[in-house]
Amino acid sequence: MFFTYLRRELRRRIRQASFIALGLAVGIGLVITVTAASSGVKSAEGGVLKNLYGVGTDATVTKSPTAGSFAAGRPSNFNFKSGETVKIDTLTATRSLGTLDDSAVTTISKLKGVAAASGALTADSVNTTFKIPSFSGSGSSGSSGGAPGGGTGGFSGPGSFNTGNTVSVDGVDLASSAQALGPLSNGTLTSGRTLKASDANSDVAVIDSSYAKSASLKAGSEVTLASTKFTVVGIVSVSASDSSADVYVPLARAQALSKSTGKVNTIYVAADSASDISAVQKEITKAVSGATVTTSSDLASEVTGSLSSASSLANNLGKWLAIAVLVAAFLLASLLTMSAVSRRVREFGTLKALGWRSRRVIGQVMGESVAIGVIGGIAGVALGFAGAAIVSAVAPALSASVGPTTGSATPGGARSFSGGFPSGGGSGSGGFSPPSGTGGFARTAADAGHSVVVHLTASVTVDAVVLAVVLALAGGLIAGTLGGWRAARLRPAAALARVE
Amino acid sequence: MYKLTDVRKDYPKGRSVVHALAGVDAVIEDGEWLAIQGPTGHGKSTLLQVLGGLDRPTSGIVEFDGQNLGELRESEVTRVRATSIGFIFQTFNLIPTLSAQENVEVALVPLGAGPAERRARAAAALESVGLGERERHLPSELSGGQQQRVAIARALVKEPKVVLADEPTGNLDEGTRDDIMGLLEKLWRERGITLIVVTHDSAVARRAQRIAVMRKGRLTIKQDTRPAVT
Repeated sequence: MFFTYLRRELRRRIRQASFIALGLAVGIGLVITVTAASSGVKSAEGGVLKNLYGVGTDATVTKSPTAGSFAAGRPSNFNFKSGETVKIDTLTATRSLGTLDDSAVTTISKLKGVAAASGALTADSVNTTFKIPSFSGSGSSGSSGGAPGGGTGGFSGPGSFNTGNTVSVDGVDLASSAQALGPLSNGTLTSGRTLKASDANSDVAVIDSSYAKSASLKAGSEVTLASTKFTVVGIVSVSASDSSADVYVPLARAQALSKSTGKVNTIYVAADSASDISAVQKEITKAVSGATVTTSSDLASEVTGSLSSASSLANNLGKWLAIAVLVAAFLLASLLTMSAVSRRVREFGTLKALGWRSRRVIGQVMGESVAIGVIGGIAGVALGFAGAAIVSAVAPALSASVGPTTGSATPGGARSFSGGFPSGGGSGSGGFSPPSGTGGFARTAADAGHSVVVHLTASVTVDAVVLAVVLALAGGLIAGTLGGWRAARLRPAAALARVE
Repeated sequence: MYKLTDVRKDYPKGRSVVHALAGVDAVIEDGEWLAIQGPTGHGKSTLLQVLGGLDRPTSGIVEFDGQNLGELRESEVTRVRATSIGFIFQTFNLIPTLSAQENVEVALVPLGAGPAERRARAAAALESVGLGERERHLPSELSGGQQQRVAIARALVKEPKVVLADEPTGNLDEGTRDDIMGLLEKLWRERGITLIVVTHDSAVARRAQRIAVMRKGRLTIKQDTRPAVT
């Protein structure tokens, strides 16, 4: 009798029941879609952070460069002659980060709460040739700072400048305890092999797949860094990011070639557990003087770009919109249910007169409401899946960037390429000195940042479906409770006295 | 069956009070057919509601089958209605979404009868009122007289001790009225139930064993008793 009565009653007011179910479906569908989109954004953020940060890394340790300092390895005060062709082939530690002694890696790895630590040296390989233009005449040579000297002479003959190759290089710690961290931890090997502990002092390299394609390299090819030939033993694919290096070599070799022996400029740290990260951050700051320790949550707060905007949109506007729509749907369901009960006053009064107890009448009303809620829930889940699929299909690619903060936790910090010249002019034999300081064609830290492009995938999780079912039942129960309460309050005589 | 002692029922109406029942004393015997007549608004339906436990008196005692209905909890009164009292309403009050058979079965639900038993008893009840072939029809597919027959079947299916009928022919034409009253009389004779009919129709009232008149909340039972009209 219960289900027969329920079925017939829903069929009698099918329009109203459909309206209520639709309202619940839209609210629940929106909650699922927003939850899926938020989940997708979180997943993308996680992927971004993982990409910018490295798998397994909970904190990075860096140091701000000392103002006015230059990375070692850069030639200085070289003499050049008018008409001379100059070739520069150097590897220099990146200028946007200061250096730390690699003993700091050992110190950090022994701290309480630290599971592992790994050092890395981010460097830039510059291979440049240029020809000094010929200078004739009696004029004095230019002073450092650039302008040619006065007098009647001047430059003659062609000069030339070839920027050549600039390659980003990461020196990777190959100790077994460190291999799960660091710049290579993000990569997926696509060809050959990765670097191993026995390669520590070998001239071998793993190269990024994008670089390999652009430079037509493969496993077995050679790359030259600071006039040293490295054999490519493997090719690795890292998620699309400006922050991945072109070439990965053993740390000791990078240190030696960049004249940075015993130095690293980034230390990657894994904590024993997520709850230890904050304490580890404090310990490292105390143990390593002048270091900047950045955790993934610090980095997350630096992430900007459309991914960050999407995250705000999903978490703020999206969440509250979904809640508002759902509350409206619940209210609508409750009001319509109570209205339906009002129209059935005589019917419920008759049932009570026939001996139906109040709770049986309430149960009937609640059963009808829950049934509508379940229908709305099923439709809502379907709408949610559809909404998530639409979001995945039409969402534009989102970008996430971390600003070029020196000393930031992003591996390698901001990349800069200096092909310029140090201060100090040429000798009196002519030519010109470029301006001192950063060099004529140095790309400063201000120009570089790390950005990642991600495609948002909104996927419906089991949790979201369970949430939908719970919301649907809750909606039905709330509406049914209010309607049933109203029905229960009716005195049979008063109910039968009503004129419909 | 019933013993009423100074039963009163008051309703607040704005600042004043309406004395719907102004001290009713009566004894209604088992198996009796009592008709209650009187002008509209003088308390006939109120008295029927109090007799049926649908409403509680403001004061006085309503004794049904030895129990004071005013002292029972709501659940106990509901149980009495479920087992012992059948109702027939002027407007039939059938559930519009249920068939004739299902409307009759509704009265058996509070008794805990299983689906098979309910179906069988409902079918038999419809047969006894001459609607055996209409069991699957919805109320909207039945005439007024047929709907009232279904209501009578519903009232009788649980084999109550008393049937309370509030203007059972009020919405029916003369011919149908006679059919319905004839049916009620037949069933009353066959089953020995106590039948209390509220009506403003003298033709209906004359069929009863005793006639009482309700005027200004007071019940006067006519001393003359008439045998039921055959």
